[in-house]
Amino acid sequence: MAIFGLWVINKAGGLVYQRNIGDGLPGLTSNEYLVLAGTLHGIHAITSRLSPTGSSSGAHTIEGEAFKMTILLTATGTKFVLLTSVVEPTADSVLQKVYEIYSDAVMKNPFHTPEMPIRSEAFDSRITALIG
Amino acid sequence: MAYAQAQSQHPRFSVLSTASLGSIEHLSPAASATRFSLPSAPSINTALAGGKTGTRPNIYDRNLNKTRTTEVSASAFAFLFSEVVQYTQKRVSGIADLERRLNTLGYRVGTRVLELMVWRAEGTSKAPKREIRFLPALMSIHTQVWKSVFGKPADAIEKSVENSDEYMIIDNDPPITRHISVPRDMSQLSCSSFSAGIVEAVLDGLGFPARVTAHNTPNDQYPNRTTILIKLEQSVMDREEALKT
Repeated sequence: MAIFGLWVINKAGGLVYQRNIGDGLPGLTSNEYLVLAGTLHGIHAITSRLSPTGSSSGAHTIEGEAFKMTILLTATGTKFVLLTSVVEPTADSVLQKVYEIYSDAVMKNPFHTPEMPIRSEAFDSRITALIG
Repeated sequence: MAYAQAQSQHPRFSVLSTASLGSIEHLSPAASATRFSLPSAPSINTALAGGKTGTRPNIYDRNLNKTRTTEVSASAFAFLFSEVVQYTQKRVSGIADLERRLNTLGYRVGTRVLELMVWRAEGTSKAPKREIRFLPALMSIHTQVWKSVFGKPADAIEKSVENSDEYMIIDNDPPITRHISVPRDMSQLSCSSFSAGIVEAVLDGLGFPARVTAHNTPNDQYPNRTTILIKLEQSVMDREEALKT
């Protein structure tokens, strides 16, 4: 019942936002996070082509013994990834809210360049209010 | 010979175009910024063709006085305004220039806002009236203009303590800049310069020429708090003094 971290991955597989919440996760260097996000992007691309019944949205959750990754793929290819404990019933609704905040505070901000790292105080503070 | 010359120069065409250009430049507040072009009138034909399928009347045929159902999506406006800022930012060098251009764009909105507001409020009145004193005019900007443009009145009006010709309209959370976070290296930029332009145009239209600027004045409770600073021209101050008795 805890949220450990949030990633935002752009449609090219680049990590544009990464944030750890609390100290549940081991600290990694920013380069390692970039590699992990790129790998996840690749895995997601594979899983989206494995569906036996035609087109698929790809992996939705990845679970381990102590954690769960919930992935939200938007229509434009941006991915929101939430790292939580295994039992976290709100993960999907939190991701929806993150998407909403992203479209408000990032996409409507004239000083943000699409597909580039997110540097917006409004986004930061609203994410903090949501899950910080 | 003369005919041939006229033919080659298209005198009628060129006279018309220069004359109209000249008059536009004269009327427009953007006379110094020649990059702004007048929008060409939208084609009525295409609008009519589009109206055939839907039941909603064409925008030219709608009643100007029915405001309840004509609200504009805040998101759509936020995206439009974001593009306006990006477009403007590409064409300027420096923050002051950017603010001046946003102000000029707002000015063009303001002239129309005043026209429409006066028509709505006084158009049907038998004895239409107009504000001739500054404070009632400022009050009507604070409530009426803000309500018709932003859907809510502004939060406060203040008078400068140091300068008697300065007044301030304060908005705790201006809707047009709600989603904008200005990067640190441009921290003195206020995109509410657009609203300042609207205020400047309304004041100008009412006969109170002034210089209007926007400033960020955040406090702990309202990080987006914005002050619209109005600096009246001396002529207005003199007239107010004369009207006092």
